[in-house]
Amino acid sequence: MIATALHIALGCVTLAVLLNLFRLFRGPTAPDRILALDTMLINAIAFIILFGILEASTVYFEAALLMAMVGFVGTVAYTKFLLRGDIVE
Amino acid sequence: MSGLHVIVEVVIAALLLLGGAFALIGSWGLARLPSLMSRLHGPTKATTLGVGSCLVASMIYFPTHGLAWTAHELLITLFLFITAPISANMIAKAYIHGLKTRVPELAEQSDVMPPVPPNATDWATFEMPKKDSAPDQE
Repeated sequence: MIATALHIALGCVTLAVLLNLFRLFRGPTAPDRILALDTMLINAIAFIILFGILEASTVYFEAALLMAMVGFVGTVAYTKFLLRGDIVE
Repeated sequence: MSGLHVIVEVVIAALLLLGGAFALIGSWGLARLPSLMSRLHGPTKATTLGVGSCLVASMIYFPTHGLAWTAHELLITLFLFITAPISANMIAKAYIHGLKTRVPELAEQSDVMPPVPPNATDWATFEMPKKDSAPDQE
């Protein structure tokens, strides 16, 4: 039962990443693309966690934790650049 | 023993399905909603909840299947739930500043620019910093 639910959830997250990719290419403004990248990263974290459950390994959580931390810094850097034209003032 | 095991399996499967569904709904909203201000709602609420649900599922899965419990899931949940509103706020700020400075004629339309809050002349992000409220500014 868990294996079936896991595969359905993996399919859902894959579809979600494809929808984010559509928004990333479509735009139309730069904040739209930043939002699409941010969402794509959150979906990637979900995918890594689901893959970790599938493989029954806790090693993947290290990668998910790193992505959660670095992704937030990336989003803030993009928006700071749009707002101020500079990242570290 | 086996009855408890079945309950655990059902709970994990339900949380996984819920997580996948929420992630999909959030991204569907991101792809389909008309303007960025409404598009922000999908990812920041639904997708974050979907990831949280997947993390709770794995938090139940690992100890009940003879594997070690780690604090990583808790840390990821905490970090995502703290950072999601901040990044949403920053994106909204970048959006309304970009509209005002780059395409002011588009900012006049009410369906593109969000309405100004009541009892205010404009959004607080456009105001000059007040002398008393910003102690780090000379």
